[in-house]
Amino acid sequence: MNISNNDYDKMVKKASPASPIWINCLKAFLIGGAICCFGQLILSLYTRFGMETETAKPLVSMTLIILTAILTGIGVFDKIAKHAGAGTIVPITGFANSVVSPALEFKSEGFIMGTGASIFKIAGPVILYGTTAASVYGLIYFIIERVTL
Amino acid sequence: MKRKNNVIEFENLPSIISWSSVVGTTEGNGPLGNGFDMVVGDDMCGKETWEEAECFLQKTSIGILLDKSKQSDTDIDGIYAGDLLNQCMGSGFGIRGYNIPFCGIYGACSTSVLSMIQASISVDSGAMKKAISSTSSHFCSAEKQFRFPLEYGGQRPPTAQRTVTGAGSALISFESEKLCPKIKKAIIGKITDKGVADANNMGAAMAPAASRTISDFLNDTNTRPEDYDLILTGDLGKVGTSLLYELMKKEYNIDISAVHNDTGLMMYYLDEQDVHAGGSGCGCCGSILCSKILNELNTGKLNNVLVVATGALLSTVSPFQGESIPGIAHGILLTSGRGQYE
Repeated sequence: MNISNNDYDKMVKKASPASPIWINCLKAFLIGGAICCFGQLILSLYTRFGMETETAKPLVSMTLIILTAILTGIGVFDKIAKHAGAGTIVPITGFANSVVSPALEFKSEGFIMGTGASIFKIAGPVILYGTTAASVYGLIYFIIERVTL
Repeated sequence: MKRKNNVIEFENLPSIISWSSVVGTTEGNGPLGNGFDMVVGDDMCGKETWEEAECFLQKTSIGILLDKSKQSDTDIDGIYAGDLLNQCMGSGFGIRGYNIPFCGIYGACSTSVLSMIQASISVDSGAMKKAISSTSSHFCSAEKQFRFPLEYGGQRPPTAQRTVTGAGSALISFESEKLCPKIKKAIIGKITDKGVADANNMGAAMAPAASRTISDFLNDTNTRPEDYDLILTGDLGKVGTSLLYELMKKEYNIDISAVHNDTGLMMYYLDEQDVHAGGSGCGCCGSILCSKILNELNTGKLNNVLVVATGALLSTVSPFQGESIPGIAHGILLTSGRGQYE
């Protein structure tokens, strides 16, 4: 009996174990939540030491980016992210890791053709479509503001 | 050499007079760790890049092979070698220091058997007196080329397989060494694509090719699974193996489960080593074939082994162009020089 592609697809779906979605969600929630709580903690610390809240906010992002870069560099971040999934991808830590990891990986091809050319290999689409979406949003916001005036 | 339908029969029974294997640290910690000729201390192999590390694996494997067989490189008439890297970098660069005519081949993870078939054809036809077949793969260089940077924090699905860091080489000789394992028959597989497009489920993409090659071989040689001590696939992993059993039963009404094993299932402690569905890569079947399997054929523990190496012929761009994954499987029948099949 010759099995059709459709029938084989059904066999493959049956034979392939699914990712443990509920455990993954719980881990993402806990680790992602912990990262956000940590961000809040350093924001409180910065303001307690007399920093303006508006100045402290970007500094919190920068702190998380630097910590992620260090953890990526010493090979710890991917071990946490393996469990956390979206918990580490969604906060700014995910973006930082997606820039630092190709920068390290492609260093072997030199700083121009390696790191320079490949640093945004993963983050590139986010930057491109993120800034495009922001521009469109800004344009709509601008038009609505003008019309309502 | 004769041909019977799809199967090539070697009349001179080329001998595998020596074999060698080199693996990485994770593979060395697996259940077969003690059986390899060398386990590297760190996966970078003291080199600057992952690609250089893979070249080192292949170079070292061939070096050990020549030492074990007491041959110098000028005694060898040709080498068939391949790996997973673009333009077969692991082989071309790893072998460039040797003074051996080189033929680079690509069959994805099926390269271990494909290179052995090519070497056997050359030896059996008399074109070469001694030929080497060799393959390698490296987890880190494969991740870099086919997936994400090593330090990228992503999650892998349970169907994904881990590319084995390792290399395996075999020396095939025209002169019959009585007690050495012999190469009796071979089958070059046909590309089989059942529409699987998930690059994280290679076992599922390759199982139809394996099932086709095994059934063609059994048909053309008029044999049944019970006639073999072992039918070894490499490397379907957990998902691919269960699909292979199901396909063989449904499509060809053959049950191979009693005599079958898969190198992807043998390489690691699957529950402890976090390798998801098992091992993969040219080095998986290559290193296990050139250690445990040939050792056991040599001692007579195994007598009659059909090795079927499977490959997923995707490229780095094809999944993004909406293509499905073509599968391939090549088979080779190895017999012990000591057993009843001599």
